[in-house]
Parts: sequence; structure tokens; C-alpha cells
Amino acid sequence: MSSQKEQRPVAGNRGYIRQKKERTIDIVSRRLAQRYRKEKRFKLYGLFSIILSTVFLAVLLTSIVSNGYSAFFQTYIKLDVTLESTMLDRENLGKSDFQGIIKQSITKLYPEVADRKSKRELYALFSSGAAFQLRETVMKNPGLVGKTIPYWVPADDDVDMLMKGHSKRGVPENERRLDDRQLGWIDKLVDQNRIEKKFNVTFFTAGDSREPELAGIWGAVKGSFFTLLVTLALSFPIGIAAAVYLEEFAPKNLATDFIEVNINNLAAVPSIVFGLLGLAVFLNFFGMPRSTSLVGGLVLMLMTLPTIIIASRAALKAVPPSIREAALGVGSSKMQMVSNHVLPLALPGMLTGTIIGMAQALGETAPLLMIGMVAFIVDIPGGFTDPAAVMPVQIYLWADSPERAFLERTSAAIMVLLAFLIMMNAVAVIMRRRFEKRW
Amino acid sequence: MIVPVLLLILLALSVAGFFLGRKKASAVAKSAGGRHKLHSRPNYYGIVTGLWCCLPAFFLFLLWLIFEQRIVTSLVIADLPPTLQQLPRERLVLIVQDIRNLATGNIVSGEITPEMRDAAAHFLELQDIGTMITSVLVLVVALAGILFFYRRITPELRARNQVEIVIKSLLIVCSTIAIFTTVGIVLSVLYEAIRFFRHVPVTDFLFGLEWSPQMAIREEQVGSSGAFGAVPVFAGTLLISAIAMMVAVPVGLLSAIFLSEYADKKIRAVVKPLLEILAGVPTVVYGFFAALVVAPSIRAVGSQIGLDVSSESALAAGLVMGIMIIPFVSSLSDDVINAVPQSLRDGAYSVGATRSETVKHVLIPAALPGIVGGILLAVSRAIGETMIVVMAAGLSANLTANPLQAVTTVTVQIVTLLVGDQEFDSPKTLAAFALGLVLFIGTLLLNIIALTVVRKYRERYE
Repeated sequence: MSSQKEQRPVAGNRGYIRQKKERTIDIVSRRLAQRYRKEKRFKLYGLFSIILSTVFLAVLLTSIVSNGYSAFFQTYIKLDVTLESTMLDRENLGKSDFQGIIKQSITKLYPEVADRKSKRELYALFSSGAAFQLRETVMKNPGLVGKTIPYWVPADDDVDMLMKGHSKRGVPENERRLDDRQLGWIDKLVDQNRIEKKFNVTFFTAGDSREPELAGIWGAVKGSFFTLLVTLALSFPIGIAAAVYLEEFAPKNLATDFIEVNINNLAAVPSIVFGLLGLAVFLNFFGMPRSTSLVGGLVLMLMTLPTIIIASRAALKAVPPSIREAALGVGSSKMQMVSNHVLPLALPGMLTGTIIGMAQALGETAPLLMIGMVAFIVDIPGGFTDPAAVMPVQIYLWADSPERAFLERTSAAIMVLLAFLIMMNAVAVIMRRRFEKRW
Repeated sequence: MIVPVLLLILLALSVAGFFLGRKKASAVAKSAGGRHKLHSRPNYYGIVTGLWCCLPAFFLFLLWLIFEQRIVTSLVIADLPPTLQQLPRERLVLIVQDIRNLATGNIVSGEITPEMRDAAAHFLELQDIGTMITSVLVLVVALAGILFFYRRITPELRARNQVEIVIKSLLIVCSTIAIFTTVGIVLSVLYEAIRFFRHVPVTDFLFGLEWSPQMAIREEQVGSSGAFGAVPVFAGTLLISAIAMMVAVPVGLLSAIFLSEYADKKIRAVVKPLLEILAGVPTVVYGFFAALVVAPSIRAVGSQIGLDVSSESALAAGLVMGIMIIPFVSSLSDDVINAVPQSLRDGAYSVGATRSETVKHVLIPAALPGIVGGILLAVSRAIGETMIVVMAAGLSANLTANPLQAVTTVTVQIVTLLVGDQEFDSPKTLAAFALGLVLFIGTLLLNIIALTVVRKYRERYE
């Protein structure tokens, strides 16, 4: 462009006209190729960013799956446990020395190990929870006393990691979690076919534990369930009631405008601020118990309420006015019109919004940290006022643990959480497809 | 144990009231000459009877639940032996706490004296008496409610309107919860923040350059006062948010443009759900991903080219946060771009503009307010995002603009200060609320601006 300007004679208007005029079409054609290149480049940028987002998603999911799938299996070691009646008190089975029995059967496998230090190293290959599991088995089946049974006990997480190939044998001994002697003992187990990977039932049935091989997500799943139950029981009716009032009854005035501004703002307030509210109001002011599903559910209720209200209002808006007019026309009151005609038509949309809100609540962590749901809780919660962890918090806690075995368990817990979330969202999508009416 | 039983009885009584009321209404109607003489349908009379049964009784019960502890405690204190009563207030509070723990079977902190054991027994006794009295009162009120309304049922009574008034007030109460939540947030955060500013002046907090809230336990130790200059924390928040926006805005905007202007239906049907999955992934998962995959790989790349990258670099946290925000930006921009009328596009095409020229010179200028609003909302999300930074960003407050170093953010500090033991009289704990106040006000301003901009924009094309 600029070079053209320079060529233009300075003689002013007349000289410009006298020069042979370049036609517009020529300028356009000359630039056409360049413009098409630009067009192509722009399209590529768009395509590239789409690909980039999908690649991000793919990397995220594959890294989690590849880290986590092995946690669904756990290494078990077969011991020949002799339940000697001398060591077991039939009257008082629960208090018998099962630890001793387990140790005895381990020493039987390795008669050559004698001194205390080596024995301790040997016992370290087996999970410290083995005795509890044996105790439960025997308690359930007291007829076993006096017999010798083959019994699979979970291996310690270091052994588990070795068998899964997460920790390598090649590294120098002082950098390994297991020394050469322990590796030798494990090799002996492998030779005797006493070591095997089995489906990790513990992971789905146990609560949290300091030992990775004994840790499970059932406590967190139940905690999440109770928490979401509180959230759902409160936010669904309250959200629908608020939406119905604002959409169907509220006069247009300053007060309702204020409510609306508040709802829209709350939808965008950082979730951690709700945690601060929960800490200051529910815990400190009302003195509710810390770390419970009840308080967690209340905080999440306040957080998801705006989402549910906004979705429900959209669903109410989608019901055509003719339905309202018809109902009013045959003499129903406004309340009857809403409850008998508008609400049933808007309900699927409201439910969809609620499910999406619940999915959000299920994945939320930050506000729950504020109200003390980060405690280490072994017991599986049995009610709303029991201390509980929820799944995202459990993931956060495990992610902080240094053991390699917790890494795969964290990933596995994430997989379970994502499965729940995808299920909820799928239900929402299906409901939207099936029940959504377009007028 | 008595609470659920009482509530069940109340429910049963209400149901009974419903049937009684309905029956009476039918009977009244019959004697008046048929159903049409009744103002409302019999069911409404039943419902009002049920409401008269349960509402007053329930409120009474609620009052008891709220004031039970206070009344019983003050009675117990009044009956304590004089030696205990003359103790200073703090000691007395502790002892009362112990008595309560003793009574409920919790762990008692102090040693248990016989007086306390007596007081605990007294506590339980008073509690039992109170519960008994309330239960009886609640039931009497419930029955009285039924009786009261039952006798008033006449054909002229406008039962439906009464029911509707009750339901409508319920709806109004529900819709004001949003206001109460906001008020609750403001009050709770403000109250503790003001307590914090009594220890640390506001100007020191807002403009101080050093942040080290860990306070020593003993007075004479070094650093016993802590330093509460929040500028490094704010700077870290802005740095990470800026990195996140640098990822999210171009990628999100270009994806939205591609999806709405270039992609055909098939691609859209595949890509949109994928972006929704990206949006639905919980932030704790992103945090794990950032700490496990992104941060180590950035560190590895850095050491390859000779850069010293912190293992908790701002870059890793910002990058992953950007990925998290991509779907947010893209769905908001998708909305606003689709809201631009087709006539504008057609006009541009008709004068010979290519698609990209239409986008750049027509669509984006037309949609700019909406896009800016969406980006502001995204910034507010980035600032308030917690889990990613808690897991992937550092704790030490460095005042730096170098994305390869570790910085800390407002949310990280709130979490670290409040998780674990809290003492609500130390500035360390209260500082979290001051940070929360700044966070709330900052995001509130961003949200208000963004929402107004977006609404103005929508109004223009609707």
C-alpha cells in the first residue's frame, strides 16, 4: 500500500486523474491469494486450538488411567496358617494373638531367618493388617480353630509396587525400599507360587488407612453419599421454590431485583468463600460438629443453590405462556396453575439442572477443607453426624502421601470419581433428550 | 432419641388433622346443600387443619432446640456450689464445658471432681425435664391447633386462599436464602477480618511486602509477630491467573470461533461434549495432574535447556488452570458469537469478505462486550480457584514475575492457614479471613462488572 502512495504524482488532483488508473479489481485480485492464505491460517489456528484442548483432555485421562489401573489389583501372599487351639481361646476369640499366629506361619516359610533384625525385615514384607483380616475370618468361622488353612494375606505396599513393576530392581540397593535379602525372600515366594495379584476388594470396601494396601475408598464414597443427600434434600426443594417465586409470582421491584443480583453473584463467588462462611457460621456460631457430612452438605447446598435456581428458572421460562393462560382461563388460581400445569412441564428441566448441580457438588473440595473434612478418618461413616471424608478430599489427602502405592490409589480413586460424574452427566443428558419439549 | 419420635408423632397428628378437617368440610357442605356451597374443595380444609396442627407446634419445638443449651446451662451454673461460681469467667466456661462433655459422654479435658459429677447429673436431669415439658407442650399445641380450626370450618371459609398464602410465604422465604447467604458471607468474613485488622493495620496488610504468617509459639522467639504484608500473595495470584488466561483466552476463543463459524455439525457433535468433559473434571483432579505430570515435565524440560525451574513453579499451576478454564471461555464466547445476528455476517460476506475477515472485522467487534464480560468472569474464576494451586503452587510468598519460580496465592494461604488447628484469637488464623475478604470483594467487583457488561450486550441484540 505504502509503495503505491509514493508512486502517486505530487501534482495534485489533475495529475492523479491523468495517470493510467489502476482498477479496483486488479488490487483485489492481487491481494486475493494473500487473503486466502490468511483465511487458511486463521482456520488452522481454530483447528489447532480444538486439537490442543482434546490433546489436553487425552493426556489428562491417559495419565490418570495409566497410573491408576494397577490399583484395582493387589499382591497377595499365600501363607499356611496353623490355627493352633493352644494359641486361640475359643471363649475369647477376638482377643487372641493373631499377630503371633501370622508371624509363626511366616517363620515356618523361612526357617533360616533367625535373628531379630532379619525377622523384622521379613515381617515387613507382609501387610500389618494381615492379623486383623485373619481375626475376622476366624471370628466368622470359629470351626477353623485347630486346623491348618492356606490363607492369602495382602503384601506390604513395597512388595506390591515391586510386583507391579512400579519400583525397579535395577537401582542401587541403598536407593531401594527393599534390600537384596528381601528381594531374595520375594523370589522364593514367586518360585513357590505363593505370590499372586488378585482383584483388590479392599480398595472398594475399606476406609482410609496409613497403609496403602489397607486403604480403600468406601468410607469416602459413603461420606460423599451422605453429604450429597443433605445437599440434595435441601437445595432441590429450596431451589425450585425460589425459582418458582422469582419466575411466576415476584413483582418487578427493587427487592426482587436485589435477590436476582445476589443469585447471579453467588453463582460466581469462589467456592472457598463458601467454606469460610461454613466455618464462621455453621461451626463457630452454631457450634455444629466438625468434619461431618451434615455441615459439608449445608455448605455445598449454599454453593449449588444458585446453579439450581438459574437452571430451574430457565426451565420455567421455557413453558409457553399459552399453558398458563389456558389454566387461568378455566378458573384455576395462580397457585393451582403453577402447581398443576407449569411445574410438571418444567420439572424435567429442573431435574437436569439439579443433577448438574449435584455433579458440581460431588467434585468440590475447597470449601470442605475449610470445615475440617480433611481429617484422617478410618471409620466408615454411618450417619450424617459422623466424621467423614468425601471422595475429592480423599483424593487430595492421598495425593499428599509420599508412598508410591498411594499414587496409583489416588489415580484409581480419581477414576472412580470420574465414573460417578460421567454417570450423573449422562443421566442429565438423557433426561434432557427424552423429556425436553420444544414448543 | 425423643426428637425423631416427637417429629413422627407430630406428622401423624397432622395427617389425622388433614382427614378430620376434610371430613368436617364434607359434612358441613352436605348440611349446607351440596359440595358447590363450599368455598374451597374439601382437601383444602384438610390441609389448613394439618397446617394448624404442625406449624405452631413445630415453631415451638424449634425454639426449644435453639435455646435448650442456653437455658439448661444457665440453670446448671446457678446451681453450682458457690466455690465454683466465684471462679473467673474463663475458668467457669471451661468447667461448664467439661460438665457438658461429662454429661454427653465425651472426653473430658480436666480432672473430674465430685461436684462436677453432680453437676453433670443435674445437667442431664434438667435436660430430661426440659425435653419432657417441651414434648407435652408441643403435643398440646398441636392438638389445640387441630381443635381450633376444626371448629371454625364453615362453607364460607376461604381455605384455599389460606393454603396459598402459606405456600407463597414459603416460596418467598426460599428465594431470600440467596440474600441471607450473601449477608452471611459478608458478615462472617468481615467480622473476623476486622478482628484481624485490630492486630495488623489495614495499610500494612494491603501494602506490606513481606508475608510470613507462621508465628512462633513463645513471645521471645524470632518472628513471633509474623509478617502480614499481602502484596506478594496478591502478586502471585495475579501471576498465576495471568498465565492461565494466556492459555485459556486464545485457545478458548479460537475454539469457539472454529466451532461456530467453521466446523460442520458432525465435528461440533463430537467436540462440544469433549469440552464439557473438560469442564466437568473436578479441580482436585486437575491439581493432581498438575503436580504429578505437568510440573515434573516442565522441570525436566527446564533442566534440559539449562533453566532452573522450581518444582512448584507458577507456570505449571497456571498452565493447568488455563486448561481448566478453556471450556469456560469457549462456551461463554460461543454464546455471545451465536447471539450476533446472521444479517451482520451476511452483510460482510456480500461485500466479499472472507470468513476470517468477517470474524475479525465484524463478529469480534460486535461481540466484544460479551467476550470481555466472559473473560472477566474467567479471571474471577482463576483468582478464586483453589485446589490446583493448593496442590501445584508453592507456599512461600515470593514477590517475583518469573513464572519458573514458586509463588503462592490468596486461596493457598487461606487453606494453609485454616486447615489444621485454628485459634480464633491469633492473627495467623484471622489473616485467612482478611484474605478471604479481599478475595470476595475482588471477585465480586469482577462479577458485577462482567454481568453488567454481558447483560447490556445481550439487550443490544435481543
